[in-house]
Amino acid sequence: MAYHTSIYLFVFLPVVLLVYQLTPKKLRWMTLLLSGYVFFWMISGKLVLYLIGTTLFTHYIGVWMSWMKLQCETAVSGLTKEESSIVKKRYKQKEKWILIGGILGLLLALAYLKYYNFFAKNINAIIGAWGGSYALQTKELLLPIGISFYTLQAIGYMADVYWGKLKVEQHPGKLALFLGFFPQIMEGPISMYSQTADALWQGAPITGENLSKGSVRILWGLFKKMIIADRLYVFVQAIFEHYEMYHGVMIAAAAVAYTVQLYMEFSGCMDIIIGSGRMFGITLPENFRQPFASRSAAEFWRRWHITLGVWFKTYVFYPVSVSGLVKRWNKFGRKHLGKYLTKLGVSALSLFPVWICNGLWHGARWSYIFYGMYYFVILLGGIAIEPVRNKVLDACHINENAWYFRLIQILKTWMIIFTGELFFRANGLRAGISMFFSMFRNFELQRLWDGTMLTFGLDQADYLVVVVGCVVVAIVGMMKERNLLGEAGLQKLCLPMRWAIYYGLILAVVILGAYGIGYQQVDMIYAGF
Amino acid sequence: MEKLLDILMEIDDSIDWKAQKALVNDRLLDSFAVISLIAELEEQFDIEIEAAEIIPENLNSVDAIWKMIQRLKEN
Repeated sequence: MAYHTSIYLFVFLPVVLLVYQLTPKKLRWMTLLLSGYVFFWMISGKLVLYLIGTTLFTHYIGVWMSWMKLQCETAVSGLTKEESSIVKKRYKQKEKWILIGGILGLLLALAYLKYYNFFAKNINAIIGAWGGSYALQTKELLLPIGISFYTLQAIGYMADVYWGKLKVEQHPGKLALFLGFFPQIMEGPISMYSQTADALWQGAPITGENLSKGSVRILWGLFKKMIIADRLYVFVQAIFEHYEMYHGVMIAAAAVAYTVQLYMEFSGCMDIIIGSGRMFGITLPENFRQPFASRSAAEFWRRWHITLGVWFKTYVFYPVSVSGLVKRWNKFGRKHLGKYLTKLGVSALSLFPVWICNGLWHGARWSYIFYGMYYFVILLGGIAIEPVRNKVLDACHINENAWYFRLIQILKTWMIIFTGELFFRANGLRAGISMFFSMFRNFELQRLWDGTMLTFGLDQADYLVVVVGCVVVAIVGMMKERNLLGEAGLQKLCLPMRWAIYYGLILAVVILGAYGIGYQQVDMIYAGF
Repeated sequence: MEKLLDILMEIDDSIDWKAQKALVNDRLLDSFAVISLIAELEEQFDIEIEAAEIIPENLNSVDAIWKMIQRLKEN
């Protein structure tokens, strides 16, 4: 039951809204929790037990750490400052081991279900290469939907309790709702406990304002998903699944088309999810902020899948950057290597785990690991050349904010993004490398207009709809970038204009949506992660 | 406080650090500048800064950074 399907939009969501509103305020959290488990069960069946198990385990670890904090407080009462500092360190160390145990417990479950077969195949290949005959058996493992998303939320909660950013949640139901809110279960956004838990628990009544604002956001998501993404899917699928038959401009066009498809699809689904949350009065964190306006790869990752980036920054990048290893490097570097190399080393040590985890998080494939390493190299390269770059810009008197320079930077970033997505989508790393090099062979630009594009199942009208749709999304994006649009901006419009937009969106989705005869229902890409 | 301002000037001498109230939110301090700053603060003020302290509220202004230093020194 994907979020863009009729069964979700016209049956599941309205029924839950109705039951929620009819439930007494104090018990509304139960309605949301139960509907989350029903939603999960409808997709993953009895694997819902994994989600429940994760919830109970996370709750237990939180309670244990909180008990340790209380023990510490009792132990230090009446001690001198020096003595209490020693005792506090001892308790903090114990608490740290509980946290490590908690994180390992969740990661081992994830690793077993998601990565076991990948490691088994690779270990077997290595053993085989050395002439050995022992082989690890691959297994039929079923992956619970959204495990990569709720595992990160659970780890974030445990770390926040450990750091003292959060008070432990004594009520397992509240934690369960935070991890199992149905709009978020499949694709995120990955929220922190402090962002959504209280609002979910509150059981706020449904209001006309929230319903209408949520509906508009859902419509906007359907526009992106059904009009643009699902059309582009046809072309992308044709090229990527038979990449050996193509070269030059067709491969480049497929990389661009996939990037646009992924953005429209993922951000469109986020609109549906955030709109669904809004209907219950829940403000979920945003996941996209006009990523194609980025002037660098680093900026792109602050605008694309924002909640994943924030999660990695908070729970991997900063903890690693203040770890013993990085501190030792810092001391050594300052003494022996100078500021530049020290900074480069610190950046490399802190960025590497982020990007290897980012790659692996997307799935157990070498192409995803390559994708993570691709951005690691680009970001580190950016830091490495920064001093030279600044000197060159100064020497040439180039104004970094001049429109032409910004345009060049944006286009450069697009090239980086398209290339990254080519490897991301390719059927394996070997296919990605082959596609990348074949892009530079017999480019044949004329294939874009000589009729070749009409042989993939899309006609001229389809391409026109895609282009016009992209232009609409780009204009809306530009207006949002200048704070001219968005929820508040829309409210400023006069009533007839607002309703013209609402009806326009409905008509566009109904008339131009890629569904019915001739179109295939397209699964959501990120639900697979 | 002077020592703190010296560290910040070392990171970027074109910014009027005292006047800024949203160093992290306005991205005057990006994540790489933040980790350089944290390393300097730990060394110069002999304090230990946990990852949990690296939040905008502790780093958005010179005053906030100074308050964090004082608090960690007391602990």
